[in-house]
Amino acid sequence: MSAFRQLLGRDLKLAIREGGAVGTALGFYLVVVAMMPLSLGPDLNLLTRIAAGILWVALLLSGLLSLPRLFEADHEDGVLELLAMAPLPLEAAAGAKALAHWLATGVPLTLMAPLLGLMLNLELAAYPVLIVTMLVGTPAISFIGAIGAALTLGSRRSGLLIALLVLPFYIPTLIFGISAMEAAALDTGGFGPSLLILAAISLASSVLGPVATAAALRMQLG
Amino acid sequence: MALRIENLTVKRGGRTIVAGLSLEVQRGRAALLTGPNGAGKTTLIRAIAGLLPVSDGRIALDDAGGEGELGVGERAHYVGHLNGIKPALTVVENARFWGRYLGGTDKDVAAALAQFRLDDLALIRAGYLSAGQKRRLGLCRLLVAPRPLWLLDEPAVSLDAASQGLLAEAVKLHLASGGLVVAATHQALDFAPMDEHRMRPADAAVRAADAMVSL
Repeated sequence: MSAFRQLLGRDLKLAIREGGAVGTALGFYLVVVAMMPLSLGPDLNLLTRIAAGILWVALLLSGLLSLPRLFEADHEDGVLELLAMAPLPLEAAAGAKALAHWLATGVPLTLMAPLLGLMLNLELAAYPVLIVTMLVGTPAISFIGAIGAALTLGSRRSGLLIALLVLPFYIPTLIFGISAMEAAALDTGGFGPSLLILAAISLASSVLGPVATAAALRMQLG
Repeated sequence: MALRIENLTVKRGGRTIVAGLSLEVQRGRAALLTGPNGAGKTTLIRAIAGLLPVSDGRIALDDAGGEGELGVGERAHYVGHLNGIKPALTVVENARFWGRYLGGTDKDVAAALAQFRLDDLALIRAGYLSAGQKRRLGLCRLLVAPRPLWLLDEPAVSLDAASQGLLAEAVKLHLASGGLVVAATHQALDFAPMDEHRMRPADAAVRAADAMVSL
């Protein structure tokens, strides 16, 4: 367990020191969301209606941006093969790295979403719901994305390939994230179930994702 | 304790690189792998580390201590062509990460930095080090957590004479305490007591057999 914490801590420290990945994701999120009112016009009712959808789709795309570097840097400097040899199973190491990715990307993006909601005239009552659903839903971005990052390791233009591989698997998260927000806005009572399914997707991906990621990494090393 | 390799065959991309190799390394001894480029030295070392799948044969690290559940790779340190260090972390952060990750103590880390004369550089980011200093930091990993088997692939690359001496000293201490070393090198390294194993590229008969399979 201590080794798991060490790797998690190291990746967070690197994310802060290198800074590029987090900054890029946040900047991308800001720009994509800011373009929406410009392209759709200042119709406040329209923006309110589509705000949740735009915030979610842009968040998923921003989360993808830093995925190619998830294992690439460790692969290039030889750390990855040492992680594969260490007593801590590669599955746990992959889980630690995906968790660090969530803490360094998913959480900052979630915290930025309410600010961007202002630009889209998101209803005031929707802010707490937005944060809760995104916090519960975003781990799936990192844990599913890690599989794509491991599979495309060492291939050129892996970013595009990851997007193609992984985005379809983000659709359930998108559907239930938005349905939870709609249910809360219309008070239909569907909020609880949607949030639970969102949590189930995140939990299942955090258990199964590292196993698939480690298998893909072993294939890349062999 | 002894490392036993029996009738080992390793293939890479359909080509046989190591064919039917047997090798035994007793505790307290170093095996020095020499031979021309492409002879399979790196492939053999990576196969022992468990980083490459083995087509045939057996690799075992026998010992009386009953650590049988761990694989050979988990009881080995591997220093390959890459140093496994993060340029954004300082020297001591790099060493401490590996120490804690591999189950060593912070005292081991301090001793490792001292052995490779890196204590003065401890607070400098690894990205600013010279190639030889980076190599010494990579070699530091050998000492941050105890492992019976050291797998060294060209360990002395970009090291000056003094640093090669530090490496040889560390290896001799490791051997004297009952460790094993398998090292591939083109340089004349003094890792006594050592046995030299000259490796040759897989011979024509093996290559012909590969060609038949790929047809």
